[in-house]
Amino acid sequence: MIPKATEEKIFRTMWTIRSFESTVREMFEKNELRGSVHLYIGEEAIASTICALLTDDDYIASTHRGHGHCLAKGATMKRAMCELIGKAEGYCKGHSGSMHIADFSKGNLGANAIVGGGVPIAAGGALAAKRRGRGQVAVSFFGDGASNEGVVHETMNMASILKLPVIFVCENNQYAVTTPVSESTSVKDISVRAAGYNMPGFTVDGNKVEEIYEVASKAIERARKGEGPTFIECKTYRWMGHWMGDPQNYRTREEIAEWRENRDPIKMFRENLIASGEFTDAQLDAIVEETEKEAAEARLYALECPEPIADPELLLRDVFYCADKGGKD
Amino acid sequence: MAEKTYAMALRETIASEMRREPDMIIIGEDVGSQGGIYGVTKGFSAEFGADRVINAPISESAHIGIGLGAACCGIPMMIELQYWDFALVAADQLINQVAKTRFVFGIESKIPLVIRSQEGTGRGNGATHSQSVETMLMHFPGLKVVCPSSANDAAGLLRTAMRDPDPVCFFEHKLLYHNNKEDVNEDPDFMIPFGQARILREGTDCTVVATMLYVHRALEAADILAQEGISVEVVDPRTLVPFDYDTVVESVKKTGRLVIAHEAHKTAGWGAEVAAQVTERAFDYLAAPPLRLGALACPIPFNPFLEKTVLPSVQQIVEAVREQMKR
Repeated sequence: MIPKATEEKIFRTMWTIRSFESTVREMFEKNELRGSVHLYIGEEAIASTICALLTDDDYIASTHRGHGHCLAKGATMKRAMCELIGKAEGYCKGHSGSMHIADFSKGNLGANAIVGGGVPIAAGGALAAKRRGRGQVAVSFFGDGASNEGVVHETMNMASILKLPVIFVCENNQYAVTTPVSESTSVKDISVRAAGYNMPGFTVDGNKVEEIYEVASKAIERARKGEGPTFIECKTYRWMGHWMGDPQNYRTREEIAEWRENRDPIKMFRENLIASGEFTDAQLDAIVEETEKEAAEARLYALECPEPIADPELLLRDVFYCADKGGKD
Repeated sequence: MAEKTYAMALRETIASEMRREPDMIIIGEDVGSQGGIYGVTKGFSAEFGADRVINAPISESAHIGIGLGAACCGIPMMIELQYWDFALVAADQLINQVAKTRFVFGIESKIPLVIRSQEGTGRGNGATHSQSVETMLMHFPGLKVVCPSSANDAAGLLRTAMRDPDPVCFFEHKLLYHNNKEDVNEDPDFMIPFGQARILREGTDCTVVATMLYVHRALEAADILAQEGISVEVVDPRTLVPFDYDTVVESVKKTGRLVIAHEAHKTAGWGAEVAAQVTERAFDYLAAPPLRLGALACPIPFNPFLEKTVLPSVQQIVEAVREQMKR
């Protein structure tokens, strides 16, 4: 059972992500935003549910498809949007854009443009957590593509040996760029690989909040108690192409329509919330409207924000620690 | 001051910092009961425990990535690689992640991460265990690059590295570990700032810039040349990032001549950058074009005679300086 307040939080986060991503998509099409942009639409249940189980003191490391994780871990739409269009007020001063967005103050150790690159970094967060012994955990989000990267396997092995408080969350959205998981991956359920590293592995419907919540809450509890890592594969689907501009000639319209119409994570969760009698349509509609309004405001805010000062000296001062810039522990 | 080898100086510096920073963790292959294959971390597991001296599987990418993640979360980390060549296995974590984390994320917190290992030729380790990786890492912004030539410098620079707020790549030379003992400063806060070259021998006719093992070869060459009445100034930059160009340029302004000798391949080796920097800054003072000596553009061979053939010799340094003196 998910507590009512948590249900509301998850629903709000899912819509925060969808409204944000839809706005990003429109902005990209209007040339208000450029670069490599990967949308999380269709996968919202995973970040929203798992981050609802974390505190600001817990860590995550994310992927190139990282806007959802970033928002779910507590980033504001305004500053996230500023970063996506490279403005000075962005989380990373406009240095990162979409693929490297981070917010250390909320325990987000960063999106990562290298597939699998963030996985050991999350485990490093878990090592720090273990050293401190305060029950913090780290969540490593990565995709089906990353599950075939060597560093992910190295990290799972080490996390198991060291009993690190880390949860490996594999967002299997069926395609690594254009290659279907059936062609790229030796196993049907990626979670079976967990057995090779002597850790529990689960495959869940990544579009069903209740299923994710059930497994993730136990995995996080286990990590907090110092019992080691867990692997959770969330089967899901990205509605959009791999990147903005992907012609998507590697999958059928019917397949996309099936996932959008019959397996929309937000629609399914909403139906359950209404059926439970805990929420009314009017309450949920109000949340949706709020997130849409917030996304529209974030767009206008970011467009108005100043560009970073284009000064080579200032850029060089950001390569290394700089005490006179307020560098801190 | 106490007499120590290079390896002892490193070991005692790490131990003293581990005692000072109770959260500091080392990750490395065979750092447990063995104390590393060159014994730099010998005895650490017993003193600091397996939680702080992590005897890790052969997974260099994971070591560096975990080190980075933990350092970003405030735990001082040291990664001991067995050979610097193995950093190439983990190039993504080192170059795409460690070097770029501060800049791309725009963070102002400390990233207390030292990655250290030995490198270089001289023990018949062959093409993939004898390279000079420091020259390559100098190219990527975001990494500090340190390469001491003496036990005292090793101690002072390593402590600076361990207290540095940025990721530091620390290069040790396998042939220097168990060389002669020398006086090492034992002050528990003894630090040598990065970016300060050391002039090991003053001279007036030609400047020779070298690091690590080649500092010793340059000094040998200087002794030979002194007998011919040629006065050589030997400069050890000690850190490649940051690089103390000022000291090298001042030396060249005095001598008018420059030879750079290193073990890294001559092609795009760090000597090329130094030659270019000095030429840009002190062209009018140069009596002759700067000369570079570095390994042939050939993988390091196993056979010791072939290995020597690939590397610059003391005699070649002597000849390079003589050549300079003709101008």
